[in-house]
Amino acid sequence: MITFIALLHRDLRVVRRELPSFLLRVVLNPLLFTFIFGYVMPRMGIIKQGYTDMLLPGILGLSMTLSSMQAVSLPLVIDFGWSKEIEDRLLAPISIAGVALGKIIVGVIQAIIAGLVVLPLAWLLMRVQLNLTTTDVVHFVLVALLSSWLFAAFGMVIGTIVPPQQISLIFTALLSPMIFFGCAYYPWATLHVIPWFKYAVLINPLVYANEGFRMALTPAMPHMPMILVYSALIGFSLFFTWVGLRKFEARALD
Amino acid sequence: METVITVRELKKTFKPKTRKGLEVKALDGISFEVPRGEFFGLLGPNGAGKTTTIGILTTRVLPTSGVAQVEGIDVAREPVSVKRRIGVVPQVNNLDRSLTAKEILLFHAQYFGVSKQQREQRAQQLLARFELTERADEKTTGFSGGMAQRLKICRALMHDPAILFLDEPTTGLDPQARHAMWELLKELNQKGLTILLTTHYMEEADQLCSRVAIVDHGKVLTIDSPAQLKRSVPGGYLVELQVRNSADGLFTDALRSLAGVVEIKAENDRVRVYADRVEGLLANAMRLAGEQHVIVTDAHVSEPSLENLFLHLTGRSLRE
Repeated sequence: MITFIALLHRDLRVVRRELPSFLLRVVLNPLLFTFIFGYVMPRMGIIKQGYTDMLLPGILGLSMTLSSMQAVSLPLVIDFGWSKEIEDRLLAPISIAGVALGKIIVGVIQAIIAGLVVLPLAWLLMRVQLNLTTTDVVHFVLVALLSSWLFAAFGMVIGTIVPPQQISLIFTALLSPMIFFGCAYYPWATLHVIPWFKYAVLINPLVYANEGFRMALTPAMPHMPMILVYSALIGFSLFFTWVGLRKFEARALD
Repeated sequence: METVITVRELKKTFKPKTRKGLEVKALDGISFEVPRGEFFGLLGPNGAGKTTTIGILTTRVLPTSGVAQVEGIDVAREPVSVKRRIGVVPQVNNLDRSLTAKEILLFHAQYFGVSKQQREQRAQQLLARFELTERADEKTTGFSGGMAQRLKICRALMHDPAILFLDEPTTGLDPQARHAMWELLKELNQKGLTILLTTHYMEEADQLCSRVAIVDHGKVLTIDSPAQLKRSVPGGYLVELQVRNSADGLFTDALRSLAGVVEIKAENDRVRVYADRVEGLLANAMRLAGEQHVIVTDAHVSEPSLENLFLHLTGRSLRE
């Protein structure tokens, strides 16, 4: 346990040192999106005022999941593929799975930092009325933790199977469709207008994160049933954690 | 003496990484034991299996079969207990690029549960001893090869391990840095630290190790002290003579009749005498030269070398 905490301590020291660039990476995109779609366009009348209510949970979901995924995958790709830096942590007196779990937790922590910065900013810009009950807050915390974990574990899978030369390709080829088909900019329920698409997007784990935030933050708006949100978030989390840990061990041991 | 490293019939076959790749048999039944306090060397050419052996002993590589134990603990079965007891200096520079030199040491000790006060103190001492104090608060990206190597050793010593593993510690260092590194390693061993080192430099094994295992193709060819190993080479001594007036070949014929001489090679004015370890070889050669009116302008005696031994054992030179 001492070793585990020391490993987290090391990672958080590095996160703190790189905080300005981390915030820029995490905050800039959602902020610009929020500004144009949540502030400028509604004022022009191009977008209906109510759209911001749909947008806020999606923006938050995107920021948190993408930052936890990047926080885990990018360093791993570099460590395993090129610098071998992680070897010094693999020689710490802890199991390899312990090192891997530490990486996932640091990803979750980074996602929470991202959420804590993006949520108030987006909320201020869009002036969405949030009337949260205690139940909503509990849902919010659960969804935030689960989706951060899910994407940190997903980041571990990516980080352990993708060679360094291909990481930017993977990010473009995989992330762009995930983001656009991830129900961040539209609620899943409204997809009934294109039935095949509504069911096709269900393979995308990002859908459940965004719908989860919608369920917690704007429960009055249409959103996915609670049972589906939670079972998918937990199911995907378990699956990616299992695959991620196995791949991590395979990369760490020859 | 208590045995701290046991390697018995260790085998490792690397599975092909791609479907078309070939299996690589890195270790083919390697065996040796290291008692506490010894400076032990694995000497062999690149690809002999040295790094794989260290990889298995330091829990980074899983053996295919055989036994590898550190302080009696099976490396494959209880890697975490083994990791507590060993310090590892790998061949590649795997220093944490996100941290400063001092932070690297402090965090490493923290991973091993060393108390805050102790790790501060130890980091300061090691940085001073390894002449890194001035660069302690810098990140390591600008460090020279020698500095990075010294910092890797400091890091390995931060948790006070019982055994230190070094994989080719002086490869890529200039001669001056190499000699400084040797002094440091000798000092550590004199303080009682057990050291296992791999190298493909004959001179390094000769300088540092109390015992050397010569490995090739994943097998141990022979194990002994460097002096003993060198003595086992027939014709290990080499006397080189620079001569004048020896054109008729009588001198080389006369040399051939001396006791202990194994082979004579003469070209132009240079005569090489390969011989066993016998007393007075050079004096006898000089006497013969006098009798034949041959003038010896220069003479040089080479000690038997591990290089010759390797050649003798494998029929190949080590650097191939």
